[in-house]
This record gives sequence, structure tokens and C-alpha cells, in this order.
Amino acid sequence: MTAFLALNSASFAALLFVVASGFTLIFGLMRIINLAHGALYLLGGYVGLVIGVRTGSFTLAVVGASAAVALVGCLVDVGLLRFVKDNALRQVLLTLGVAIVLDDIDLVIFGGDTFTVPVPEFLEGPVSLGGMYYPKYRLFVLVAGVAIYAALWLLLNRTRLGSLIRAGVDDAEMVDAMGVDIKRLFVYTFMLGCALAGLGGVMGGAFLTLYPTADSEILVFSLAVVIIGGRGSLLGAAIGSILVGFLATFGQVWFPEFAYFVIFGPMAILLAFRPLGLFGKAA
Amino acid sequence: MGTRLNWLVTIAVLAGLAAVPFFVGTYKTTLASQMLIFAILAMSIDVLAGFAGRTTLCHGAIFGVSTYVVLYLTSIDASSPWLAAVLGILAATLVAAIFAILAIRTAGVYFLLLTLALGMIIWGICLRWTSVTGGENGIRSTIRPDWLLDSANFYYFTLAIFVVLAFAMWRFVNSPFGLSLQGIRESETRMRALGYNVSLHLFIGFTISGFFAGAAGALYAFFNGFVSPTTVALGQSVAALLMAIVGGVGTLFGGLVGSIMVTAVQDIVSVYTDRWSMLLGLMFIGAMVFAPEGILGKIRTMLASRAAQARPAGTPPNQQRR
Repeated sequence: MTAFLALNSASFAALLFVVASGFTLIFGLMRIINLAHGALYLLGGYVGLVIGVRTGSFTLAVVGASAAVALVGCLVDVGLLRFVKDNALRQVLLTLGVAIVLDDIDLVIFGGDTFTVPVPEFLEGPVSLGGMYYPKYRLFVLVAGVAIYAALWLLLNRTRLGSLIRAGVDDAEMVDAMGVDIKRLFVYTFMLGCALAGLGGVMGGAFLTLYPTADSEILVFSLAVVIIGGRGSLLGAAIGSILVGFLATFGQVWFPEFAYFVIFGPMAILLAFRPLGLFGKAA
Repeated sequence: MGTRLNWLVTIAVLAGLAAVPFFVGTYKTTLASQMLIFAILAMSIDVLAGFAGRTTLCHGAIFGVSTYVVLYLTSIDASSPWLAAVLGILAATLVAAIFAILAIRTAGVYFLLLTLALGMIIWGICLRWTSVTGGENGIRSTIRPDWLLDSANFYYFTLAIFVVLAFAMWRFVNSPFGLSLQGIRESETRMRALGYNVSLHLFIGFTISGFFAGAAGALYAFFNGFVSPTTVALGQSVAALLMAIVGGVGTLFGGLVGSIMVTAVQDIVSVYTDRWSMLLGLMFIGAMVFAPEGILGKIRTMLASRAAQARPAGTPPNQQRR
């Protein structure tokens, strides 16, 4: 039972990492708290659902959803956020408005029913692990989460784009002054972050299902991850995801009525001692 | 703006508000009561957002805590709704104090983020703690005494409370303590250097603002007689914040203007479409892009620029009357 729960926690943490890493990238570089991130997750899930059902291909669903959500993110960034560039609070509240609108569009199209993104055949069903049967798909999510962590690490630490992003997280003004087109860098980062939300939507939509309030649930978990891990830190997002994933999963079993408390209690305590999170740097 | 003009506007608005039940039917009177209740909530947010510079997204939840407590207590023992109201406001104030301890350490977007998360905890508890909160079904309880059943009577009751609370908030933000909050909004380090205990001031400001939100929540319990997780959900905080923003953050009475406008739009639109929430989102985006200073804020800027001796830039505005 405990091993089962631990695997559930780990796979949930992997999903959280995918979603929250996008959130923390945008937050870290652009100082924008994208409250539409949850809505983009859900949108990605729905797009993946439609593509998956029509074509029967999980790969196409993943690619299509990520691309579609990145496009929406690009539109939000270029079309709306640039009007409120100088004011962090207005940016946050604007993304909140975007979230509300996106959710309502989802509701118009998909209604209040629960959907599940179809998974490829070879990932269906359980696998036997030392006398315990565990869903193959959740193991796949766990592996995918680790792979995405590795890919993001390589992107951030081994490519020019990544070093620019890291430099921007530390001091965006200086990067701009050195002749880098920071506006374009911002748009790319925003799109990448949104694509991760869309990717998470497809991954999560296949085992957590898609329903109208799924977005605020994943958003709250992502917020907790980023608050714990600190702004713009990939490692922070990973550790935060693991912490939140385990607390949420075990909390729901042990104290079903106060599951939220179990996550936010430690978060609040951590915040009291480290307001910027475990790996956060002062702005 | 001269003091006399302020008094004239205040009296005219009060007379206008008092005359509402004479000119409109039962339904519109009820709607007007709702506007006043949410005006209190929006103004309580403005106390914090406009004067202490801390925009919150948990006041809807604090408001809802009070509503939940009042309706829960009266559903057990219906004999004393007033005691329930007092306890509801106390509970909301207590929750606000706890939130304040955690949240005042942060500022700006971090504050927004943290208050959002704190508000979500309340929502999560109300949704899951079914044995007390009734989960999705919520709590229904008839608590209005007989003399409040009439919509006009209830409106005057609400108006009386609104006037008292609005006056109290206005006194609060213009008191020396309120000015210290404005000082913190302008520059925390400077206030600290001047010897103010910034954390303590923010804590008190947050708690008092939560008290007002709780008072609005208790009133809402009398108004609605029903509460469900929607009342404490993020949407509630967002809608109330939108009211404060539409009216004008930092104007206090903008909360009333915003509440009247947003509630009216909601009422008119609901006749034609179910897509109220999409419209709320679009209004939010529009307000952020086009009119971040709000209606009263705009009027104030216009009046200020018309005045021959404009204040030097950066001076905190001190006259928050209509």
C-alpha cells in the first residue's frame, strides 16, 4: 500500500514538475506570475484530447497540444502583456483575466463532463512490480518527468538560449544592455513555459482526467511548488514538486478533509523562514 | 476638492441610495442590497490594496468564512442569528489575522501569490470538510428575523450598516494609522528608518481589513441564506478585486462605484447569456489594459490636473472623498 502510494506520489510529482517548471521559467525570467498557467494546462489537455481521439496518436496529441498552447501563450504575451509591461501587479491580474476567459471557452466547448486523454496501447493496463500491480501509464509519466528535467537542464546549461535565459533570470537589464534582443528572448521563454503547461495537460489529462476545475487545482499545486522551490530555479521546481507530490498524495489518504492543509502548512512555515523559497534569489 | 463639495456629494449620494426602494421594484431593491454588501467587500480590499499597497486575493475567502460560520451556527440553533453574526465576524477576523502573520512578510506579486494560495486553502476545506460545510451542497439556513423579510426593510438595514462601515473605513484610512499604511505603500524602508514597526502596522491593517470583509460576509449570510464553496472560491476574490479596480484603487469609495457597475453588468448580461464568467474575465483584461486607475481614480486625476497648483509628483493623495 505504501509503495503504491509512493509511486503515485512520484508520478504526480513528475507531472507537477512538468507544469511548474514552465511556470517558474516564466516567473524567473520575466517576473510574470502567469495565473493563466492552470488554464493553459487544461487547454492543452483538451487540445490533446481532440487530437488523440481524432488521430489515435498520443505523440501527435502531445506535439499538437504543446504547439497550440505555445501559440496561445505567444498571443497573450505579444497581444496583451506588452500593454502592461512596466507593472507586475497589472500583469498578474491580466493573466488572471485570461485564465477566466480560457476556462469559460473550455466550458462552452467541452461542458462539465470529465474526459480522459487516450493513451497508446502499449501503455495501457498494469505492470507487475515485485508482486504489486501498477498502471504502466503512471510509470511512463514518471520516466517522462525525469526525461523532461534532463532536457530542460541541458537546454538551460548547454545551449546559448539557455545561458541567455539564466543570465536574464539574474539580471535582465544587463542582458539587454549587452545587445541581446531581450524582448524576443522573453517571447521564446513565455512560449516554452506555456508549451510545458500544454504538455502537462496531455500527460495529466490521461490519468488525472480533464474537468472544469482541474485548472485551478493544478495551478494551486504549481504555486505551492514555485513558492517552495523559489523563483526561476529548475532544481527548486523539482524538489518542490517531489515535496508537494508526496504531501498531496499521502495527505489525501490520511486526512482527506484537510488535504490542502497538509500541503500549505509546510509551505507557510518554509515561507516564514525563507520568503523567497529554497532556491530563490532576491530580485 | 473643497470640503463643502465633499459634503454635498456625500449627502446627494446618501439621499440617492435612500431613495432607491421608492423608485424600483422588489427585485431591483434586492439587487441594490447585494451591491452594497459587495461594496463593503470591495472597500475592505481597497483598504489594503489602495492604502497599504498590498493587493490581496484572499478577501473573498475571508468574507466567505464569515458567511459559513453564520449559516452553520444558525442551522444548528436558529434562535440567535445576531450572536452567530458576531461569531462569524470574529472567525473571519481571526482567519485574517492568521493569514496576515504569513502574508505580511511578502510584498508585490509574492503577496498576491501567497494570499491566493491561502484563500484556496479555505476553499479546499469548505469543499472537502463535508460533515460541517456540506461540501458541494453547501449550507442553507433561514436566518432573517421577520422584520427583515421585506426587501425594502432589508435594504435599509444593509444601507445603515454600509454607511457605518464605510464611515469607519474612511476614518481608518485617514487616521494617523492609515497614513502610516500609506507611508508603507510609498516606501517601506523609509518608514522603517523613521522608526515605524512596519510588520506590526501591516498586520493590524490586514486584520482590520479582514474584519470589514467578515462584516460584509455576515451580511451576505442574512442576504442569501445559503452558502456553498463558490462563495469562498477564487472567483469571489477576483470579482471583488475587479470592483475595487473598476472604481479606482486607493479611492475607497470607488468600491461602491465598482460594485454597482459590476453587479449591474452581471444582472443585465445574465438575461442574455450564461457567459457571465467570460465577461468578467474580459472586463478584468480590459480594466488592466485600458483603465488601471479606475473610474474615481480617473476623475480624481482629472480634477487634480485641473487644479492650478498640482501636487508635486509622488506625493500620496490625502483627500479620498468622492
